[in-house]
Amino acid sequence: MSVNLTLLIVMGALYACGIYLILERSLTRVLLGLMLLANATNLLILATGGYAGLAPLFAKDTPAQDYSDPLPQALILTSIVISFAVTAFMLGIIYRTWLLARQDDIQDDLEDRRVAATPSFDAEDDAEVPAETSEFPLTMLGSDGRDVSNHAASNNNADLQTDQPVATLVAGGREMPAEHAAAEEKPGSLNVDSGPEGGGK
Amino acid sequence: MNIASFAPLAVVLPILGAALTFLLIRHTRAQRAVSIALLSLTLALECLLLASAWNGGTAAVAIGGWLPPWGIVMVVDQFSSLMLVVSSAVSLAVLVYATGQGMADGDQDAPVSIFHPTYLILVAGVSNAFLSGDLFNLYVGFEILLTASYVLMTLGGTGPRIRAGVTYVVVSVVSSVLFLISIAMVYGATGTVNMADLAIKLGDLDQGTRTLLHVMLLVAFGIKAAVFPLSFWLPDSYPTAPAPVTAVFAGLLTKVGVYAMVRTETLLFPGDTLNTPLMVAALLTMVVGILGALAQSDIKRLLSFTLVSHIGYMVFGLAMSSVAGLAAAVFYVAHHITIQTSLFLVTGLIERRGGSSSVDRLAGLAKLSPMLAMLFFVPAMNLAGIPPFSGFLGKVGLMQAGVELGTPLAYALVIGGVVTSLLTLLAVARVWNRAFWRRPTDAEHPDPVLLASPARVSGPGAKLNTVTLLPRTMVGPTLGLVALGVALTVFAGPLFGLSDRAARDMLDRTPYIQSVLGPDVPVPATPAVGGMR
Repeated sequence: MSVNLTLLIVMGALYACGIYLILERSLTRVLLGLMLLANATNLLILATGGYAGLAPLFAKDTPAQDYSDPLPQALILTSIVISFAVTAFMLGIIYRTWLLARQDDIQDDLEDRRVAATPSFDAEDDAEVPAETSEFPLTMLGSDGRDVSNHAASNNNADLQTDQPVATLVAGGREMPAEHAAAEEKPGSLNVDSGPEGGGK
Repeated sequence: MNIASFAPLAVVLPILGAALTFLLIRHTRAQRAVSIALLSLTLALECLLLASAWNGGTAAVAIGGWLPPWGIVMVVDQFSSLMLVVSSAVSLAVLVYATGQGMADGDQDAPVSIFHPTYLILVAGVSNAFLSGDLFNLYVGFEILLTASYVLMTLGGTGPRIRAGVTYVVVSVVSSVLFLISIAMVYGATGTVNMADLAIKLGDLDQGTRTLLHVMLLVAFGIKAAVFPLSFWLPDSYPTAPAPVTAVFAGLLTKVGVYAMVRTETLLFPGDTLNTPLMVAALLTMVVGILGALAQSDIKRLLSFTLVSHIGYMVFGLAMSSVAGLAAAVFYVAHHITIQTSLFLVTGLIERRGGSSSVDRLAGLAKLSPMLAMLFFVPAMNLAGIPPFSGFLGKVGLMQAGVELGTPLAYALVIGGVVTSLLTLLAVARVWNRAFWRRPTDAEHPDPVLLASPARVSGPGAKLNTVTLLPRTMVGPTLGLVALGVALTVFAGPLFGLSDRAARDMLDRTPYIQSVLGPDVPVPATPAVGGMR
């Protein structure tokens, strides 16, 4: 099988640009990258058909080796239709992203960030034996899971709250547990605010 | 006239249904009736196909009368018909569940009128991929189901779904491009895309070209099947979709990838050239997947990680390329489709009843709804591989095959499999303990609704409340699917016999190739493999 060098070079260039573009964070560029990849692949399929020849089944007594291979062209036609559908769908998604977030970038996964920020301490599994004898009750962890606690939990059991006060402080105009304030100093902290549609900021 | 000649109807009927439901887009009731009726019809047809293939009748249908290797063929053998039946049964259950959810919520104004057509297209794509005897037609089947899945994944177009959809679409398109590149290279090297023809002609290529084509196809399918390290996209994108959609994705889409890997390994590239890397990938998939599951507090994400992890078992069975290993893998695929889908459906019910799918918020569900607890407990134990269940039987089959193979790597995988099974048990037991077993007051972020629930259940109006939260149309299909999972245990004997015959035929290759290309085609001998005993 012989191949056309120009086709090969163009194909390589398209692949290179396509891969570069899909690694971008902007969705429009990602879409352009996907289109380039699809077209590069179409060229590759075309190249597998060998040199251009006559149209098949056109004249009765053409020798078989003068025909060009029709199968790759049928395959390319199918793959063009498919990439057309995908491109249309991606454009719809990009438009929707723009409507929702007013930006053309890929959004972060909030749950990923939350899991990454979760302390390795697990209130239920790793609770320490309660140490009521301690002289420093504020810093000790209770066994009931209220140490990494939140205000929702405490508010529901307002009568219990008086027994074990949670150290809180006021920062940035809101009250928060001291532990959370400490965590806020670190990168990737707990205090990730979610946008109304769930995208991280 | 053989029943197998009707095999293309398994693809045509759902597409016809999609066209009809699209016309009926303003008539919700008629839409539901048509889609459920046509999918039931497809399931009935596929049961007949399975019955005809049960004792080893491999049959090929040449579409449009174009003879192979030029025309497109569809091949019905034990493995493909088993996959068809299981996948259609599961998709029918999910369709009824989704319909029930729609009826309970009264979604007249939501854009879910496109759900039914899209869903049927997805089913058609899955059937096409299972039946295809042609590499390019397999690609088309993948694209049909992927394009439908893009729409289902972003149904409603909310922020999180669009975000997850972007990742999913880009990763899927890249894997499809890789697949297409491999097809182009295969065609360039051999001049055919018919799989039976390829099985003969690929053997004549030199080792380097063969290995390149083999690796490229496996990577493309590995992304679709979510084999580590190509599994990163799955836990990110699946959990945000609506519950029935996640359920059907988890059950079917990755398994289509596994199916394609099985065909690649057994039909196109027999022998053990890539068995070692596949085994390592299987081990890492199992262990890394389940460790990811342990870190999650959201049930849907946890289940997505167990899904990745259990793909490892199937790849393990496949990588042994012995009859025992492949048979166990075939059985495991059928088991896992059913169980994973029913767990996701139950999670949808948990979300409705408890208002959340996070184990930090859920508590005391066992007391609130014993039915729900039972529906979760049975498939969860099945997934973890607790003895009488089919998960246990499948894992035992894999372990036996691994021990039979006897290489150090196989032993490492057996140990990894046991550890993964135990860790799966730990993961689902944590969900059980937190969401179902503990008192509502013990939750980390207690839900006011759950805290108040016991009082409300005993009060007047409790009956009404339970009915809307857990409608019968949603519990029914879930119960049916859980029962199907239990039935796999009860009928494990015949089913294992079937998978054993399927594995034998696939490794032999003669039935497949001769059914497609004619009975007098010489079949090249399968290279001797360590496990061919």
